[in-house]
Order: sequence, then structure tokens, then C-alpha cells
Amino acid sequence: MEKKSEYVIKQISVFSENRPGRLAAIAEALRKEKINIFAFSIAEANGFGVVRALVNNPERAHETLTDMGFMVSFTDVIAVKMRDEPGGLYETARILGDAGVNIEYSYAYSGKDAAVLVLRVDQAEEAIERILAHGGELLSRSLFS
Amino acid sequence: MRTWDPRIEEMPQDELKKLQYRLLKTLVYRLYSFSPFYHDRMRDEGVHPDDIKSLEDARKLPFMTKRDLRDNYPDRIFTASRDELVRYHVSSGTTGKPTVVGYTSHDLDLWTTSLARSLTACGLGRGDVIQVSYGYGLFTGGLGLHYGAERIGATVVPTSVGNTERQIELMQDLGVTAIACTPSYLIHIGEVAEKMGVSLRNDTDLRVGILGAEPWSAQMRDRIANQLGIRAYDIYGTSELSGPMFCECSEQQGIHIWGDIALTEIVDPDSGEPLESGEKGELVFTILQKEALPMIRYRTGDITSLEVATCACGRTHPRIGRIQGRVDDMLIIRGINVFPSQIEHALLTIPEVGQHFQIVVDRKGALDTLLVRVEVGRDAFSDKITDLMSIKETVAHRLKNTLNVNVGVELVEPGSLPRFEGKAKRVIDRRVL
Repeated sequence: MEKKSEYVIKQISVFSENRPGRLAAIAEALRKEKINIFAFSIAEANGFGVVRALVNNPERAHETLTDMGFMVSFTDVIAVKMRDEPGGLYETARILGDAGVNIEYSYAYSGKDAAVLVLRVDQAEEAIERILAHGGELLSRSLFS
Repeated sequence: MRTWDPRIEEMPQDELKKLQYRLLKTLVYRLYSFSPFYHDRMRDEGVHPDDIKSLEDARKLPFMTKRDLRDNYPDRIFTASRDELVRYHVSSGTTGKPTVVGYTSHDLDLWTTSLARSLTACGLGRGDVIQVSYGYGLFTGGLGLHYGAERIGATVVPTSVGNTERQIELMQDLGVTAIACTPSYLIHIGEVAEKMGVSLRNDTDLRVGILGAEPWSAQMRDRIANQLGIRAYDIYGTSELSGPMFCECSEQQGIHIWGDIALTEIVDPDSGEPLESGEKGELVFTILQKEALPMIRYRTGDITSLEVATCACGRTHPRIGRIQGRVDDMLIIRGINVFPSQIEHALLTIPEVGQHFQIVVDRKGALDTLLVRVEVGRDAFSDKITDLMSIKETVAHRLKNTLNVNVGVELVEPGSLPRFEGKAKRVIDRRVL
């Protein structure tokens, strides 16, 4: 069996004030460094937000944004391949629910060959084990570094 | 050298009081006789020099304020003729018309002597290399410290303000041991050095900071001392007195005010009544020996307290506490007095946020609102919104407890708030009254 840590992916999280142009500044920096964004989401609160993204080179993205003065951190997430058809999300959510794994937040994207669900969970190892045990497919971290 | 002039600095207090009384008496007679401005002021108040029979009688004399200098711009209340003046300094005038201070060569000597004593009290002297990063020019900070440092035999690096990267290079190359600047500028230097990969603690000989020209807190001192590995001394002065003049000694239990140079009082900012030793109020100075622009009972607008007991260092002269704020910086929010320094103190107790902040005062309908913008500390950044929200709530809660006013809090990106190289301007008042 493959090592579970193989499926723990580094997401970058960036603190941003909630005002026009901040996302453009982040995106421009990544474009200049030729860093590709696979998926991203914005979580917003009153006056500020956190931009979360899966990129092809998290280390370089972290360095670039930090140099620009942004506050950046890495967060461990997992990415599950879903069937892109009715019931796809249900399967994954049910496995995690049955295992007592809580989802802190999540976002999804439609990849080239499947829909992908990005998950921040409270017990990553448990989640990986259960998903693999149910024949589910996880994206490996090698795609993102 | 431990003490610049032990004969004066360790003079028994009763002798010091006698000396102050003699100097005050001479000053009052001189002004009554030769200054039309102060003569009229005393006459209007019904005070004659003969009424000054003890040092305590100083409180019978009328106050002077910055307004007197403004109203008599540029030099109408000077008591020296123009050809006796050797220098002018001009205050920035951010709060109104600028004020001009003139100096005879005796006045400059007095100023420099005061600083020689003060810098010696901070443990500086021959062999030290002092970087003067206060502005040189019309502002008193740069030139004042410059001559004070030269007087004690230290080597001066007159960098003035700005070009921070160069300042850091010089600090390393010339073996700078002390820096004189505003506390917020030193924090800025520390931040820039870190970006350059220079540790002020490990890569320089810096051991002393002479910091002033803006109010700062004890917590900020600890933070500077811990981060930069130096001893940070508080220095005080205003251009109306000459410039920066008085410093803490190595005991760091207040700023020594040389009694032969200045007579210090603390008064109630509203009534003008003198307050007891230890009570907090407005700082009032009489400069006892100045020729060109003597100041009698000058109301500085600075809030602090006075300690008259002899210091553990052996100096007998009175000390003032940390400047807590300014009478005119005081914000009145829904009838409650708020000092920006209180906000600074409160923020320094919260490690998750930075030390820079901005206060925005506005009025919604009839209600004043107070918004504090503060930077999230890099170490505290969490990907979780709930963590960030809880930082925000902690700040709001702490400020509410300190100020007794509801405060809005805005978390902003680190490095995004303005840094100040001169006096910090942290309040934006949008109220249209």
C-alpha cells in the first residue's frame, strides 16, 4: 500500500484585505513566476479574506508572495477525484461522514479527466485511508510540487 | 565616565532648590524689565517680581503656550537682539503656523551641556559611535544630538532620516554603538535590516538607542530591547525648550530634568492648578537660563507625572515619567477621553497583531465611531477564518476594556500601514463638526 503522506497536498493560503485589486496582485505575481493555479477559492469575513489555492509549485508561490509582503502559509489538504455525474459528491461525503471525519472547508474544480474535490479535514490520515479503502482515488502531492 | 558633572547632578536637593530660586528670581526680574510681552502678561495677572519670595511662588506667574510663539511669529518675544543670535530652529507647523526658536551661543551651550549630562547618564561617552538618525535641519533633533554627542567625545555618524538601507550598512561598517532616532523609525530600521538579512543583534555593535520625539510605551521599549538586543532610553524635549534635552539614566526610572536648567511642574490640564508629585497631568517648564527665548511656565501639552525623590543612580534632580500622550492629541469619543497611547499599550499586549496601527475617527449620524486598523502578525496568520475572527474579537475586546468605548477593528496586511520617519501621525479624524 502506498504511503498516506503521498496524498497530503500543500495548499497556499494568503491573507488579503477585502478591497479592489488584491486578488489581481496575487494572480499577477503567480503569472510572472509562471505558476499555474489548479484550483482556488476565497473565504471572506468582515473586511478581510483568505485566498486559498492549489498551484503547481507551492514553494515558489510562497516565496514570491512573501517577498511581495503578503502573509502566506501552507495548509495540508487532500484532493479527491470524483465521478463527474450525479452522486459523485455524495460518495465522497458519505465515506468521510461515516468515518467521523469533519470537513473544515472545501472547494472543487473540474479537472481534465475528472472533477476534483479539495478538502481540508480534521483527520487527514483517516480520511485518506477510508477513501482508498472504498476504492476512491486521490491526487498525489507530486502533481503539486 | 559615570556622571558628566557630579557637582551639579548630585547636588543636595535643598541646595538645588536654592539655586533654582536664585535663577528664577533673576529671570523674572529680567523679563519684567526687558520683555514688553512678559511685562504686560505679569501686569495683567497682577504679579510683580517682588511677589516671588520662594520657589513655590513660581505658581503665581502666568503661563505661556505655543500660541504665544505663534501669535508673535517670528521673533517678537525674543529677548536677545538679532545680532546676538547664532541659530534658528523652526517647528514643523503641522498643527498651525510654524514657531521659531532663536539661540544665542550661551543658549546652544546650555542645550549641549544638558545633552552631555543626559548621554553620559545613558552610559555613553568617548569610544562610542553614535548614529544620529533624527532629521537635521530646522528640526531640533538632529543638530541637538549631534553637538551633545560630540561634547562627550563620542564619534558622530550624522545620517539624518531616510535611506534606511544605507543607514544599516554604515551601522555595520563604522561600528555604530548607539543610535538616536524615533522609536518607530528604529522599528522600521529593524524591519528593513531583517529583509536585508542583517541582524542588528548579531551583525552590529549596536547596544544603545536614544529614542524620543514621539510618545512610546514601556511595552514598546521591551519589544525593541528584546528584538534588537539593545538598551532603549527615553529622551525628552521640545523645540520651545531648545530641543531634545533630557534622558533616562541607566536605572530607567524616569527622565532626569536638570533642575538648574528647568523648573518642572505638573498641572491639571483643565484648571491649570498644580498637582502633587506622582499625579498625572500636563507638564509645565520654566527654562531658567535661556537668553534669546526664555520660557516661563510653558505648557508643553505633554501628559506625564513628576517624581522628586533622589534616583538610585545618585542624581538628585527630579524625574518625569513616560509621556502618556498629548493634551491636544486627546480624542473625545462620545464624551470619553481617548489617548492614542492607550491604544498602543493595549495592542502591545496582544502578540497576534503588529505594533503599527491607525485610528480612524468618524461620525455616523450624531454618533462618533472609532475604528482601529492593525496589522496581523505573520506568526499569527492562520488559514482558518475563525482564528482570524477571534484575533479581531480579542483586539476589540481589549480596546473596549481599556478605553471604555466600543471600537471597530480592521485587520490589515502586514506592512500595509504607513511607517513614520518623523513624528507618527496615527489618527485620521473624518468628523465634520
